[in-house]
Amino acid sequence: MRSLTSRRRHKAVRPLLMLLALLVTGTLYSLAAPPQQSSADTSLVATGKGLFTQSCASCHGLGGEGTSAGPAITDVGALAVDFEVSTGRMPKAGPAIQSAPKVNLFTQTETDALAAYVASLATGPAVPTKAQYDPAGLTEEQLARGGELFRTNCSACHNYQGSGGALPNGAVAPSLLDASAKHIYEAMRVGPNQMPIFNESTMPDTDVRSIAGYLQELHAQPAGGLTFGGVGPVAEGFFAWVIGIGALTLFAVWIAARGARAR
Amino acid sequence: MAKPAGLADSAPVLETTRPDAEPTPGRLAEVGNWVDERTGLGKVAKGGLRKIFPDHWSFLLGEIALYSFIILLLTGIFLSLWFKPSMGEVEYAGSYQLLKGLPMSEAYASTLAISFDVRGGLLVRQVHHWAAMLFVASATIHMLRVFFTGAFRKPRELNWLLGVGMFSIALIEGFAGYSLPDDLLSGTGLRFVDGLVRSIPIVGTWLEFLVFGGEFPGTLIIPRLFIAHVLLVPGLILGLVGAHMALIVYHKHTQFPGPGRKETNVVGYPLFPVYMAKAGGFFFIVAGVTTLMGATMQINPVWNFGPYNPSQVTAGSQPDWYMGWVEGAVRIMAPIEWHLGSTTWSWNVFLPAVVLMGLLFTVLGAWPFVESWLTGDKAEHHLLDRPRNAPIRTSLGVAGMTCYALFWLAGGNDILATQFHVSLNDVTYFMRVAVFVGPVIAFFITRRVCLALQHADNERVLHGSESGVIVRAPGGGYSEAHEPLTEDELFTLTQHEQLAPLEATPATDGHGIPVAGAGVSKRRARLSGWFMGTTVVKVSADELHDHHDEPVPAEK
Repeated sequence: MRSLTSRRRHKAVRPLLMLLALLVTGTLYSLAAPPQQSSADTSLVATGKGLFTQSCASCHGLGGEGTSAGPAITDVGALAVDFEVSTGRMPKAGPAIQSAPKVNLFTQTETDALAAYVASLATGPAVPTKAQYDPAGLTEEQLARGGELFRTNCSACHNYQGSGGALPNGAVAPSLLDASAKHIYEAMRVGPNQMPIFNESTMPDTDVRSIAGYLQELHAQPAGGLTFGGVGPVAEGFFAWVIGIGALTLFAVWIAARGARAR
Repeated sequence: MAKPAGLADSAPVLETTRPDAEPTPGRLAEVGNWVDERTGLGKVAKGGLRKIFPDHWSFLLGEIALYSFIILLLTGIFLSLWFKPSMGEVEYAGSYQLLKGLPMSEAYASTLAISFDVRGGLLVRQVHHWAAMLFVASATIHMLRVFFTGAFRKPRELNWLLGVGMFSIALIEGFAGYSLPDDLLSGTGLRFVDGLVRSIPIVGTWLEFLVFGGEFPGTLIIPRLFIAHVLLVPGLILGLVGAHMALIVYHKHTQFPGPGRKETNVVGYPLFPVYMAKAGGFFFIVAGVTTLMGATMQINPVWNFGPYNPSQVTAGSQPDWYMGWVEGAVRIMAPIEWHLGSTTWSWNVFLPAVVLMGLLFTVLGAWPFVESWLTGDKAEHHLLDRPRNAPIRTSLGVAGMTCYALFWLAGGNDILATQFHVSLNDVTYFMRVAVFVGPVIAFFITRRVCLALQHADNERVLHGSESGVIVRAPGGGYSEAHEPLTEDELFTLTQHEQLAPLEATPATDGHGIPVAGAGVSKRRARLSGWFMGTTVVKVSADELHDHHDEPVPAEK
């Protein structure tokens, strides 16, 4: 121990001690602090309230009553929360024209907790059950009818195969190529951003299932070659020029460069 | 441009030795004789087969159009064997289950049948559509080549007009084909044209009833477009192609300037065997490229659009590319509409669609005559201009291309907005200004580039090409040695004629009597001065001579 004593005034001692102290505190805290989900006495609603206070309240108010930065959401119900949070639209990363989908950082349990909390504020639509949105078991005629419904009600903004499209003032109708049946159902009931609400009286659950089923089937179909994003004739014209005329011009250069000389 | 441009001398030599005289004609010769004795084709073939064509890649661009037209005829015949040009309603019972049981027109149902139930049908449909895109595209670049090299000058003005005519009816042909399948997209396109027809003041509504046989969409338009698409317009194009080619043979092909190339000769290869092989081979290349595109790239997936229903419209509704600029003009046009009495004057559609299209074809058709009015040049031209040596023409051409391209981009304003994450409104507002400002900027930049290139040519003629060898003078200074150009290159760079601009002739003669007829007005002289005077005067023989007397500074 003599060596330690002799070095106790070494200039590295203070930073090292500081590091040690931080390490001990951190370790002790991580052992003592309760894991988020483990306490048995915390109900789903209470967890949700905590998460809401952390991630949502700055715009929607502590009780969901709304602020100048965000609307009141007391009566939107669990359905809207499930849609907005699980697609990553909420919480917003920053002020923007519309909430864009991004990677969802909440677990399913956390999303459920948030939904349960918001549902407890007032009555609102509940998260749909699988029977409400799952297109399994539809007949071919029902799927074809889903296509007609899609073209009549949705394709004006979302494009003929759901590739998405532009809306005024920087807003967009998002692509539905990767949208799940549940999210399509929820979006139609919620009407996020510019989208109109399709409630059960105008669009019964069966019709929603048909639309989701049509899109799933459509996207599973093989295409007639490369599709260039499925955005229609603009992309086709672009590739006609770049690939078609590009290749043929190169061939023309090649043909003209191959000469023969008469003696 | 570092080294003097050399001539390729590694090309294989074409042997033209005569075969030993055969005592008896072979079987082939006998057949040839038989045909010649009865038709007299030998004489025609003898002259035609030895017809000389000059060699340049840009002369092959028009051939792409010709070959894609042939491919369109062949694939079109195949498609017409199955297509039913009828708007009669049927319930779909084909093999594409996602449309099962839906009411649709026979035209759409038969297009689905071609795509899914006819062996090879989808491939042929896609090849046909890609070939159509390439047909108009190659006609466009062919026209640009002719314009920028001045190949439309005397004696080829009429052939230019034939080309403009073919180009304009090719748009009609393409549009008719786009409308035939009667899917949601083609129906939306028809609705666009319906609006365009109705926007014609006073008579629009009556014209619409004439075209559609009643209210849009009616039941007549598909059969009518079908006959236009498979008989009327292709027949017209075929006839015009014949006349276009006959005039090429009569005029002989133009050639780029160079040593040995004169206004009175054509330097190149004979049709047989060289051009037969080259052009024939190029046909198969064009056929191969379009087939590859049809096999690997999806185009116009009609089954995704669904049958046409006037109550529906889809995002991403655009015409094929060649109508995109009209679409763009309509999209960015300000909403101006008059109501006079019981009439509606839809300037918001009439100006950007009908007037703008008319303007393009009028300008294209008038240009050869406008230019000859500006230059007063009545001579025949078989040697092409290098674009830089006609700076104002080249700049006007690039300005026109820029204007077209901006209208074109505006036609995809929604796609631009979603693909580049910008606001649809911003794209639209930007384009409203850009279609006017862009061409002006393009004009001045191109003029500057042309003049700079002319200066560079003069520099090269006077001082030779940079050798890449840096020489250190005894005094310590560094300079790059220049090598003199070959006689051939000197000729190519200085052969072009530079005519003086027109000068105004007095409006009255010496006695104060007005001169009738062929005088040059002051305004015409001013425009001529601008058109022909904006150029760099080429190196004269004396200047070149003086420079060559100077000792070459670089010695190794």
